[in-house]
Amino acid sequence: MSVLVNKNTRLLVQGYTGAQGTFHATQSINYGTTVVGGVTPGKGGTQHLDRPVFNTVADCVKETGANASVIFVPPPFAADSIMEAADAGVALIVCITEGIPVRDMIAVKQFLKDKNVRLIGPNCPGIITPNECRIGIMPGHIFKPGNIGVVSRSGTLTYEAVGQLSALGIGQSTCIGIGGDPIIGTTHLDAIQLLNADPDTHAIIMVGEIGGNNEEIAAAWIKDNVTKPVIGFIAGQTAPEGRRMGHAGAIVAGGSGKAEDKMAAMTAAGITVCATPAEIGQKVKERLGL
Amino acid sequence: MKIHEYQGKAILARYGVPVPKGKVAFTVEEAEAAARELGGFVVVKAQIHAGGRGKGGGVKVVKTVEDAVAAAQKILGMQLVTHQTGPQGQKVGRLLVEEALPIEKELYLGITLDRASGKNVFMASSEGGMEIEEVAHHTPEKILKEVIEPGIGLSGYQARKLAFGIGIPAASVNAAAKAMIALAKAYDEIDCSLAEINPFILLKDGRVMALDAKINIDDNAMFRHPEFAELRDLAEEDPLEVEASKFSLNYIKLDGNIACMVNGAGLAMATMDIVKYAGGEPANFLDVGGGANEEQIKNAFRILLSDAAVKAVFINIFGGILRCDILATGVVNAARELGISVPIVIRMEGTNVAEGKKILAESGFNFGVADGMKDGAEQVVRAAQ
Repeated sequence: MSVLVNKNTRLLVQGYTGAQGTFHATQSINYGTTVVGGVTPGKGGTQHLDRPVFNTVADCVKETGANASVIFVPPPFAADSIMEAADAGVALIVCITEGIPVRDMIAVKQFLKDKNVRLIGPNCPGIITPNECRIGIMPGHIFKPGNIGVVSRSGTLTYEAVGQLSALGIGQSTCIGIGGDPIIGTTHLDAIQLLNADPDTHAIIMVGEIGGNNEEIAAAWIKDNVTKPVIGFIAGQTAPEGRRMGHAGAIVAGGSGKAEDKMAAMTAAGITVCATPAEIGQKVKERLGL
Repeated sequence: MKIHEYQGKAILARYGVPVPKGKVAFTVEEAEAAARELGGFVVVKAQIHAGGRGKGGGVKVVKTVEDAVAAAQKILGMQLVTHQTGPQGQKVGRLLVEEALPIEKELYLGITLDRASGKNVFMASSEGGMEIEEVAHHTPEKILKEVIEPGIGLSGYQARKLAFGIGIPAASVNAAAKAMIALAKAYDEIDCSLAEINPFILLKDGRVMALDAKINIDDNAMFRHPEFAELRDLAEEDPLEVEASKFSLNYIKLDGNIACMVNGAGLAMATMDIVKYAGGEPANFLDVGGGANEEQIKNAFRILLSDAAVKAVFINIFGGILRCDILATGVVNAARELGISVPIVIRMEGTNVAEGKKILAESGFNFGVADGMKDGAEQVVRAAQ
């Protein structure tokens, strides 16, 4: 009952021996994720967190059979790390790094086009299938296995929604943090298509924010293709135009990317749009008739 | 990062985009010298980051050096109010003095990212000199677009297509196409996040030129361009925002009276929204980040409280990486050190929440502890009244 990651996921960590990589790899190991090793160029052949370190992703994949990677590499080198993972054939690449230049992501997007890999992020909290696999930086203990799929551009709003669900006794199938940057590997639409096809996902929470029109694109598809209940929220209803609200992609510019337009498109698609994030859990409960 | 028109033009000129002859002036004397050098028939332009300068009285065309001096005296130091500055306006500290040119036609060129395709798009329009958003809204067919292929750039045929399409006469098309290709190259190489030439002008003698330049640089790419650091004009930024940026805090000043301190950009936006929903007005956006430490919490607090408009503070934290006990300790220490003059409502959830609440309860301060975001927002709105 999940998408993309489960107990068979074999995770490698890029930027494994750094502070962030070490901290979150440890958290993932403690959560029960199968972490098979990591990559730090120049430290190949050593051990870290009782697992092998490799100089290249290709070596790591060859030796460990890793099928997913999480990237904790600083912004100037993160795009290169994504491409290295893709070139090594890692099927799922999750990039946590915040602050990658747009120009680098334009190149990455081109590079990934003819590769059979999926990128989640960058600038995202990661992806989790409760009690099976945690990839990223989210606090694992708030999640609970179940049947609600969650897709969100924001980390803490994901936690907010999940915290409410778990408190109501409603578990999650898979939660995907797609990231707050203008160019991301997996969009709302991609994530919703995956969750819609998963028989064990019974309802979907879609959390968006100002900037771009990915929410509108997803809403249009939902209208024609999704019969599962979808509950949504858009952050930034009071954000001033022309200012970047923390996330590089969260900006209303030239009259586009407004919260009201997204909410209207979602409502028109039959999505239950919450006025505030405080009611997300309750609305899910109502839509499911629990 | 936004940069001034004269800085943008200097960069574009290096790439081969034709720009008028001009000089920056920080004083009336410098403006006078520039006007004299350029022959007296000049344009005196206020250099602020906001658009709409002409309508606000920040741009004057003059025929003589004397008139240029008078214009410089008037514009330098004025609070220039445009539709983008807000009612308080922006103080003018610099001028661009440029040769005045006989304009045949005003056009528009721009480049921005198309998020869906993950590629940059070059836009051109015959409707120069107007707000491009207005053109896009009323006559979208008058904006022509060409996708810039990564690794290739704007091709000659694309530039010619745009040039012919916006009505540039055949004799000037090659020059216009060259300028467009140069603009696209500059955009890529200096990591722009936005470039607009409005207007891009056709002169009576057939030459083309960038009469304005609005260039924004991707903040995330500044590590590649250390030389651009000096282009930042702190006078254009809110002093509290400048202070916050020193501590890696994401702070944006707003007009309300309820200060917000939140972790995570999405939750920070949603917190502003819910304050408004509860009938209040947020004083700021503040994302302290996922891994904030005590020191950052303290500085965040200090910055929030230095906004004189603030009547109450709402702290909304979903502790993941940031543990609630760390947050609570930071808040209590900051409150002790800085002294609290306004009510504070705290809502926290997540890692170590029980320890965090205990620290708050035992601190001796009368913090409002909220049960959920909605309750917190309602409490803080009441407290601010």
